[in-house]
Amino acid sequence: MLLSETAISPLFSLAPLIVFLPVLGLLLNIIFGGRMGEKAIGWLASVASGLTFVVSSLLAYGLWAAHGETVVVPFADWITIGSLHIPWNFRVDTLSVTMMLAVSGVGTLIHIYAIGYMHEDVRFKNDPKRFRRFFVFLNLFIAMMMILVSGDSYLMLFVGWEGVGLCSFLLIGFWYDMDTLGRPSWANSNAAKKAFITNRIGDFGFLLAALTMFWAFGSVQFGEVFGKAEEIAAAQPAVIIAITLFMLIGVTGKSAQIPLYVWLPDAMAGPTPVSALIHAATMVTAGVYLVARSWPLYTLAPDAQYIVAMVGAVTALFAATIAVGQYDIKKVLAYSTISQLGFMVAAVGMGAFVAGMFHLVTHAFFKALLFLSAGSVILGLERGHHHLAHHKGHEEHEGKHEEVFDPGDMRNMGGLRKRMPVTFWLYIIGTLALAGIFPFAGFWSKDEILLDAAKLHPEIFIILTTAAFFTAFYMGRQIWMVFFGEPRHEAAAHAEESPKIITVPLMVLAGLSVLGGALNLPGVHTLGHWLEHTIELAEHELHLPAWLEISWGGLNPVVALVSTLLALLAIYISWLIYGRKPLTAGQKDPLKKPLGFIFTGMENKWFVDEGYWAVFVNRYVDIARFLADVVDWRFWHDWFHDKVIAGTYVWLSHIALNRYADQKGIDAFFNGLGDLTKRLSAFLRRLQNGFVRSYALAVMLGVIVIVGYLLMK
Amino acid sequence: MTPSDLLSILPLLVLVVWACALLLVDLWLKRKGVTAFLAALGLALTAGLALAQAGEETTAFGGMVALDGFASFLNVLFPLSGLLGIAVAYGYLKRMNIERGEYYSLLLFSTAGMMLMAHAADLVVVFLALEFLSLPLYVLAAFARPRLDSEEAGLKYFLLGAFASAFVIYGIALIYGATGTTSLSGIVAAIEAGSLGTSGLLLTIGAALFLVGFGFKVAAVPFHMWTPDVYHGAPTPVTAFMAVGAKAAGFAALLRVFVTAFPALDADLTPVVWVLAALTMFVGNVVAIAQTNIKRMLAYSSIAHAGYILMAFVAFGNPATRADAVASALFYLVTYALTSYGAWAAVIALEKQDPSAGSGQAASGLEINDFAGLGRRRPALAAAMTVFMLSLTGMPPTLGLVGKFYLFRTVIEAGQVWLAVIGVLTSLISAYYYLRVVVVMYMREGAPETTREPWLDFTWAVSALATVILSFLPMALFAWASAAGVMGF
Repeated sequence: MLLSETAISPLFSLAPLIVFLPVLGLLLNIIFGGRMGEKAIGWLASVASGLTFVVSSLLAYGLWAAHGETVVVPFADWITIGSLHIPWNFRVDTLSVTMMLAVSGVGTLIHIYAIGYMHEDVRFKNDPKRFRRFFVFLNLFIAMMMILVSGDSYLMLFVGWEGVGLCSFLLIGFWYDMDTLGRPSWANSNAAKKAFITNRIGDFGFLLAALTMFWAFGSVQFGEVFGKAEEIAAAQPAVIIAITLFMLIGVTGKSAQIPLYVWLPDAMAGPTPVSALIHAATMVTAGVYLVARSWPLYTLAPDAQYIVAMVGAVTALFAATIAVGQYDIKKVLAYSTISQLGFMVAAVGMGAFVAGMFHLVTHAFFKALLFLSAGSVILGLERGHHHLAHHKGHEEHEGKHEEVFDPGDMRNMGGLRKRMPVTFWLYIIGTLALAGIFPFAGFWSKDEILLDAAKLHPEIFIILTTAAFFTAFYMGRQIWMVFFGEPRHEAAAHAEESPKIITVPLMVLAGLSVLGGALNLPGVHTLGHWLEHTIELAEHELHLPAWLEISWGGLNPVVALVSTLLALLAIYISWLIYGRKPLTAGQKDPLKKPLGFIFTGMENKWFVDEGYWAVFVNRYVDIARFLADVVDWRFWHDWFHDKVIAGTYVWLSHIALNRYADQKGIDAFFNGLGDLTKRLSAFLRRLQNGFVRSYALAVMLGVIVIVGYLLMK
Repeated sequence: MTPSDLLSILPLLVLVVWACALLLVDLWLKRKGVTAFLAALGLALTAGLALAQAGEETTAFGGMVALDGFASFLNVLFPLSGLLGIAVAYGYLKRMNIERGEYYSLLLFSTAGMMLMAHAADLVVVFLALEFLSLPLYVLAAFARPRLDSEEAGLKYFLLGAFASAFVIYGIALIYGATGTTSLSGIVAAIEAGSLGTSGLLLTIGAALFLVGFGFKVAAVPFHMWTPDVYHGAPTPVTAFMAVGAKAAGFAALLRVFVTAFPALDADLTPVVWVLAALTMFVGNVVAIAQTNIKRMLAYSSIAHAGYILMAFVAFGNPATRADAVASALFYLVTYALTSYGAWAAVIALEKQDPSAGSGQAASGLEINDFAGLGRRRPALAAAMTVFMLSLTGMPPTLGLVGKFYLFRTVIEAGQVWLAVIGVLTSLISAYYYLRVVVVMYMREGAPETTREPWLDFTWAVSALATVILSFLPMALFAWASAAGVMGF
């Protein structure tokens, strides 16, 4: 944690570029994009993002060469008010660089994917002009995310935090005036608003944390806060608990945890690359990053840590159950994301920061892969639908109402394995990674979380293991519904595979999803040792049961076997229900009957949205209506203004200013004044007779008066 | 005379030499546009040199001329005003068939006289500069010959100007008699020595006569009566140049002499200046109401504005507010120069010579009613004219408001609250006739014939933009004017 200012390698002076390269990209696109083709716009944005990845890699190399010593790169003065001095510094340490690499790496792949995806999407929605706007937003997002992870103070982090929130809002509502099919609708902009407002509640928590911090520490700089943390914790332990819990509110907003997770499923309204980049791989992990970043505070408040872990674990299970009952391909992935974020939050909450960060990185790989593959599936269906509409000819088309077709609904899919083989295999890899099957990336990271949970909090271990079971189940369900059986809709029957620009980035992500576990293999702990330079945890003496002490080169066979077997079992059960006898068109979910109201609950997201609506939103509207109608309009306007003020005034004017006083008195006075001025003006004008002698006389008279005055004095 | 003496008045020298050369070169130039261009080039060069001199503080020619912040400020202002004088004149002279090359040389000479006035640190130089700037103006006023009203204006201006000059020279003589010197620093030394005795009265009366002479130049009531006739009769571009340049030069002399040499006469002269300022504001604004001709209206407006600037003078003896007085007067001069040039440019755009009338006839299109319908016919020009009218009234968002604000603030800080009240009340009166122009432009039907000339359009457009924009960013200008408020000798 020392600032080795003396040994700063020139590499680190590149740090500001991670923000300014994407900004440059978006500026170029704003200025010149209008005259550039789609390819040029997309590649410009991708190159900006790619260069950010290169710079991040250079920073990582520099750090590695400097043995992981934290480097703070001063950039600019930001706020200086009295004793408060907040510069804009770039913090380059192993934690921030890990985030930078994940964000810019996955981000670049998604940029490239989006060139292909948006090319079709804007045409499907009949508004090709929005193509450029999308990439401007995407670059802006990268810049903001970089500010977030590279900030050296809570305030700078907050700038990025709000910035990515803004980008999220802009991109969820990207098709703000139409639905997925291009029909006029405000559903997307409502989803954007929901995300933004829900996040505001979380941001409020973050701000409270930052303000409390400033009050207690006199600073929001990471270095100063962490330096004083132990001292303050000894003197006022409640302060640390307050800060960490306020921060937790921020985390539940941004990282979609109970109780503020409700915005994330709706956020799927954004184009699929957005869902992949912002709402799966990067932005939503900001909360996990925040907890990991604040490890010196959290480790001083074990109670708060436990609450964080519990929130994460419960969210993981809760969201996983909802995912089981969803029909929309992206909604399933959305709840899966919430659930996986729960794993991460639980991990960092328990103090297993490395495990949490490890899962964050691998999840970025395979969840991005899954989302983008889902996007590919949706595009494939849209192509099929388009193809169909084209072939049916006009007479049939005009005759009947166009049937409402939802390309994201899994009930419309089926049998896509044959139509879209590449996407199918990519999806399988993503699924296996997410389900935690050996040796895919998710296995290693999830296993590490489960092992840490087993060691630290057995109850959390049980909850998370259950969640993992559900994870494998809903992913299995999805695979069977989407890719196996027979097409349940003609669009699915005519679906077409996506072009290379879409599938190639997916292959890269698939590779990472397979190999990502190598980042932190048990026993080797590459990522662990890397992050140790930033997160220095004291070793705790734990009294563990014998089965947890077994170690096969760092891998605990019991935990690994239990989780793997549960995952396989879940996939097998899902095959029994959905795979053995595939769904047919129009058939209800086979789980609906045996589970009854439980499945109804899952299907309807446990009615949380409805509950929030009843408890908060409607009450809020009631209060607003009361204020607007009763207080403002009826009391203030109707009674006070109209009756009291205006009435009194009218009454007074009747008494005091009757016709006589007003017209004869006041009017006459002002009219007279005007007349007088005009008459004076006319008189003085007559003096201006045009004769030089008169003018000279006037001068002379003036002189006589002045000199006379001076002589008489 | 040393090279450093010459160097200290280099912009002035360059301008004089340039003007002489231009007079000769013009003989061989068929196209007067070239003459205009060369004249503008000379003025630009002069302004550039003057700008380069900013910040220098020195005296030269044995203390006869001073180079200080005050002189630098005005020496930039005068050539720029000359440039605008060329811009508004070029097309006008052609259109009115009076395109003669002397116009530009004369304008350059007059500008040089004004610059000499800014430098003057000796009463003899002040008088020299006064004549140097005035004589070309007399000729310029009559420039539209054989148009009768122009000839009449030139003659009137010359006769009354000579009359006023006599007061100046008489005042200087009395001052010399009382103090034995014409150098401003010498006068201060003599007053401070306290050995004046009864000749103190001579000094006071001398100063008063000096005030009268320059009161004539700046058109202060009751020495103002030439103004409407001359402004009306002179070719409009000359009027514009006169209204800005001659007035500024007159105030330059008054500021320089009163603030540096006569602060000790404060008790005697302040009441005189007070009354002059009040009368000028009052008469100028009240009589303007009765005018139907736009040139005469603007002439009275010019008188009224002399009154506002005179207000700053009541603070000349107060050491606490003296610097502010000079700064706010200079600031107001810039304000007035911009606004006034713009308004005159708009007038020029509407002015036309009736081809059927003889060449001796006055131009037409100069009644305020001729502006009817301008809002529809030339929206941009009408908008610009509205800006100028608002600025002359002192309403936001124009520089006029800022200028008036500084003036009134200085006056109030000097303890002359009642004078400020008169200033505000007469501003209120002035709204009547300024806004009438706006009303006529927008609310009366009419089809005014206007002229589009690039340099003319440039003048009013730039003036309007500057008037609005500078009103939001006045600090740099005010800082510069404040720097100019510090005078050496």
